[in-house]
Amino acid sequence: MILNKVEAQDLHLWYGDFYALKGINFSIKKNTVAALIGPSGCGKSTFLRVFNRMNDLIDNVSIKGQALIDGKNIYGKELRVDELRKRVGMVFQKPNPFPKSIFENVAFGLRVNGIKHKTYIEERVEKSLQQAALWNEVKDKLNKSAFELSGGQQQRLCIARALAIEPQILLMDEPASALDPISTAKIEDLIYELKQEYTILIVTHNMQQASRVSDTTAFFYLGELIEHDNTKKIFTAPDKMQTQNYVTGRFG
Amino acid sequence: MIKHFLKDFKERFIEGVLFLSSTTTSILVVLIVVYLFKEGVGIFNRTPVAEGSELLVSAANKVNKLTADEVRKIFEQEFTKWNQVGGSDAEIELFRLDDITNYYTDEQLGENFENMPHCIDTILMQHPNMIAFVSKQYVLPNGRACKVSIDKIAVKQVMLGNRWYPTASPVVELGIWPLLLGTIWVSIGAILLALPFGLAAAIYMAEIADSRIRKILKPLIELLAGIPSVVYGFFGLVVMVPIIQQTFNLDVGQSALAGSIILGIMALPTIITISEDAIRNTPRAMREASLALGANHWQTIVRVVLPYSVSGITAAVILGIGRAIGETMAVLMVTGNAAVVPTSFLQPVRTIPATIAAELGEAPFGGIHFQALFFLGCMLFLLTFIINVIVEMLAPKKLKR
Ligand SMILES: Nc1ncnc2c1ncn2[C@@H]1O[C@H](COP(=O)(O)OP(=O)(O)O)[C@@H](O)[C@H]1O
Ligand SMILES: [Mg+2]
Repeated sequence: MILNKVEAQDLHLWYGDFYALKGINFSIKKNTVAALIGPSGCGKSTFLRVFNRMNDLIDNVSIKGQALIDGKNIYGKELRVDELRKRVGMVFQKPNPFPKSIFENVAFGLRVNGIKHKTYIEERVEKSLQQAALWNEVKDKLNKSAFELSGGQQQRLCIARALAIEPQILLMDEPASALDPISTAKIEDLIYELKQEYTILIVTHNMQQASRVSDTTAFFYLGELIEHDNTKKIFTAPDKMQTQNYVTGRFG
Repeated sequence: MIKHFLKDFKERFIEGVLFLSSTTTSILVVLIVVYLFKEGVGIFNRTPVAEGSELLVSAANKVNKLTADEVRKIFEQEFTKWNQVGGSDAEIELFRLDDITNYYTDEQLGENFENMPHCIDTILMQHPNMIAFVSKQYVLPNGRACKVSIDKIAVKQVMLGNRWYPTASPVVELGIWPLLLGTIWVSIGAILLALPFGLAAAIYMAEIADSRIRKILKPLIELLAGIPSVVYGFFGLVVMVPIIQQTFNLDVGQSALAGSIILGIMALPTIITISEDAIRNTPRAMREASLALGANHWQTIVRVVLPYSVSGITAAVILGIGRAIGETMAVLMVTGNAAVVPTSFLQPVRTIPATIAAELGEAPFGGIHFQALFFLGCMLFLLTFIINVIVEMLAPKKLKR
């Protein structure tokens, strides 16, 4: 049996006394793409942020149950959060490059990892920008501010930045929601490429996008995971009525 | 209809009042600045001869034009021969009003010194190598003696002059260079001391302290801003000055260092609160991006938060110092007020505001000294104005996304 790469077992999460995740059981295999869909406020981002422990930054969050990566509980005492985050990269909804040069943005993760070797950093930066399909557009202006890039380019820069430290898992929270259709298409192609090397969890509001890029799709509703199955099945013959209604656009 | 009209009228009335008050304020500010500069710049329209006095030489003397410096040297007897200032070979004879008794008796001078002008004129007639420094009222109109003409006060003399003796006679010396440097030294010293402590405190408050500690610290720091400056000065004089004196084994503890420490402490609240705001205003997305890449809290502070808030922090420092530069009382009390060009932080120095505060009371209205103090005021205004412009350029510049 192949070990699950990412897994949640009876996972509950509260923001203060707001019950945001209600006993989620979820798993995906290595090198697959899972799309998380569902109406706004149903807990998709919250669930995603469980796996790089971004929710730790928020006061009053309490968690029950288990979140596992490679079968190991990531909320265990012996685990170091910064080590975990090096293995689990994240791309946010709004492009959030640092106010630094393009090069320094991508090199950031390497530098905070204590890597000083100049040529290695240069190699990694180039490789990551290529993987993010941005290299050709920026190779002549690596020292320019990242803010000079367009929104779509900034988002691909953020992807490159996440890839630079070679994570195993990539969490993407509506990475294309703030972008134009051409940039969106580029990012979707990118996800398809990245699947070869990474395990990806992607939150999306866009049903077509979910069906195009993902292997499995999970439908969340009011803090519960209603159904998680092959993408094709979810979009054609889901088991649950709620899922059916949502994917056919009858609510949400 | 009427009701509508009334409402309209009321709104217009309020608008009018607001408009009036804002224009009056603006006009007032402009008037103050114009007055300041009119008085201050007026100094360059005067000769440096002490207020109400005149220098006279005998008509036979071919020197009738001297520089302020030459006059000073003559009366300090550094120059003793007229040929040192372009005249004949003869010795210079000095005459001050007090010397009159060597030449004339009280009876001869008259009950109310009414014969004084005539007597002085005669003395100068009889002594062709004499230079006299007398009050204007004792100069005989249409007399035979010749008034010495002296150049007006030059900008360069004032800006770069090393000597500040605004009440000297026969010629005043208005070099503001030591005062300007004193102000700048004390302020820079204050920055160097306040920046590390202020920044450390701001980082601690914004990033590390939990809300309970912050709730105690914040009002405490704000309290620091509320202490009257004379109290700081008193503290400095009684506590710090002796400590400095003992530590560095000085004759006097009043020094630029004492001033810098006091000003640094006074600038701290501004620096801390504004930097803390700047640090807090770093977008959450920036922190999350950094942490998500595996940076720890400290790396995030150093590599993301501080660079992001650097313009705010700079503004905080400059603003703190801008306030410190104009600070008078505390500095007056602890710096020793020696108007010499500073060469060490352990020497006494004198700042511009301290000079104005200490001397304005004894400067006759409208006189040279008075105008010189106004000119110092102009310089201080320019200094703080420049600082404000820098803040303006740095502070509100939102990093555009
Ligand atoms: N920091 C927070 N504090 C309190 N409640 C939160 C916080 N973040 C999210 N929530 C609540 O949790 C629920 C799920 O949020 P989220 O995971 O962002 O939803 P989604 O990404 O599916 O739109 C929402 O009702 C939201 O209001
Ligand atoms: Mg969301």
